[in-house]
Amino acid sequence: MTALADVSYFEPWWAQIIKSIAIFAVIFAILPVLIVYERKLLGRFQGRYGPNRVGPFGLMQPLAEIVKFAMKEPFRTTTSIGTLYRLAPVISIITAVGALAIIPWGDVQHIFGTRFGLYGIDVSIGPLYVFALAGISFYGVMLGGWASGSKYSFLGAMRGAAQLISYEVSQSLALVGVVITAGTLSLTGIVHAQEGMWYFIPQIVGFLIYMVASFAETNRAPFDLLEADSEIIGYFTEYGGTPFVSYLFAEYANMIVVSAIAVTLFFGGWLLPFGIHPPGWVDPFVVLAKIVIVFTFFIWVRATLPRLRYDQLMSFGWKILLPLATLNLLVTAIVVVT
Amino acid sequence: MTYDPSADVIEVIREPAPSPAASVYRTFGETLRGLKTTFARIAEGPTTIQYPEEKTPVYPRFRGRHKLHRFEDTGLEKCVGCSLCAAACPADCIRVVAAENTPRNRVSAGERYAAVYEINISRCIFCGYCEVACPFDAITMGHDYELSDYTRSDLIFTKEMLLAESIERAPLRTEDE
Repeated sequence: MTALADVSYFEPWWAQIIKSIAIFAVIFAILPVLIVYERKLLGRFQGRYGPNRVGPFGLMQPLAEIVKFAMKEPFRTTTSIGTLYRLAPVISIITAVGALAIIPWGDVQHIFGTRFGLYGIDVSIGPLYVFALAGISFYGVMLGGWASGSKYSFLGAMRGAAQLISYEVSQSLALVGVVITAGTLSLTGIVHAQEGMWYFIPQIVGFLIYMVASFAETNRAPFDLLEADSEIIGYFTEYGGTPFVSYLFAEYANMIVVSAIAVTLFFGGWLLPFGIHPPGWVDPFVVLAKIVIVFTFFIWVRATLPRLRYDQLMSFGWKILLPLATLNLLVTAIVVVT
Repeated sequence: MTYDPSADVIEVIREPAPSPAASVYRTFGETLRGLKTTFARIAEGPTTIQYPEEKTPVYPRFRGRHKLHRFEDTGLEKCVGCSLCAAACPADCIRVVAAENTPRNRVSAGERYAAVYEINISRCIFCGYCEVACPFDAITMGHDYELSDYTRSDLIFTKEMLLAESIERAPLRTEDE
């Protein structure tokens, strides 16, 4: 067991590079598939097919759309602030991608006599790293809305800022319960601690709070006030073309991160129930399958719930979720200590 | 008498504020009920008709593109060029020019026949009055509804086009549909 404030490096430098490229490539190959998966599933929920024209089963739809977006003229409003306007989507996507680094896809493997951890990096601060990056990604939203030089974008950004701040509190508090139970902040350590029982059973309240707060954090329905399609007050109102795609991809990458954290902290990461122990190379697929299941739940909720009113959003966050999360934390702490 | 605004104020009757337990139930219980509802839609399957590949079936009395008819035994046109359809047409989209049948050139069963019979589909409102007005059932409304074209002049259907069997047929609705 390493010291708590350590980053456990044991791989050679080239292994780190290979791993980061592999994670990046795989996630960005999955993202478009997830987008088309969401749209098709959303269609099924609404009694229709969803995209099925481009390519086999409509799988080429995101590719066609990316090409369309990439060919668009890079316009900006005259009132916008150039550098910040260009920087904001970059901040969003970098923070989203950065958070992918700590998702544990599997245990430490022995390949060719070298030890490989099937994760980008095993930091001893685990969830805090994700929250730190989520805190920075808020700048992407805020700067994007402000630098657009449009009052609607600015209104959207203000909403987004308020929403992200309110729900991040509950989200982090919900995870503290798991951290206390596991006794470690390292994500791999938390997965190992779940070998007896997955944490969503003892931490069911924390899980529910985490999921609700995650919907708000990733700007998904029913908390998608940031985009609010029907009102068109979103922080990316003035964005088009590739910057818009970066925001879109950042949103979906964030969803993957949030799903992956839920899988790692509540659904036992790469562990399988009923004492099944597959060989090590299966682990990433187990994690991916679990992520897709959580992602499906995200879509399901999006198809079900209407958007909240803004005051409902705020009062729900501060008056229901935060007290619940605090209570959950206190009860967990008392149970663990006694 | 001066207007008293307070007389028009209706007191709003509100429900008592829900208890915390009721709030929690509303937050999670009702959400679960909604999730069940949407999931039932997946079980039902899509109701979309994939239009260019599958066409919407029509009812037997559907009023689509017009058809002109011939007698099945003799092959003569039923239309005698009486112009009653043109008179009945509220959109004024039918043009009939009649001509006399001669023993050499016998086109219809009656004395006269329609030398020119044109329907301007772009003006037609598919009311079916022409069908009602026709004393010989020479013109009826068919089932075709795919009538778009690239130019307006292509939408003027001549007698030959109306007499010919339509190339693509709209499927007819079955009994249980």
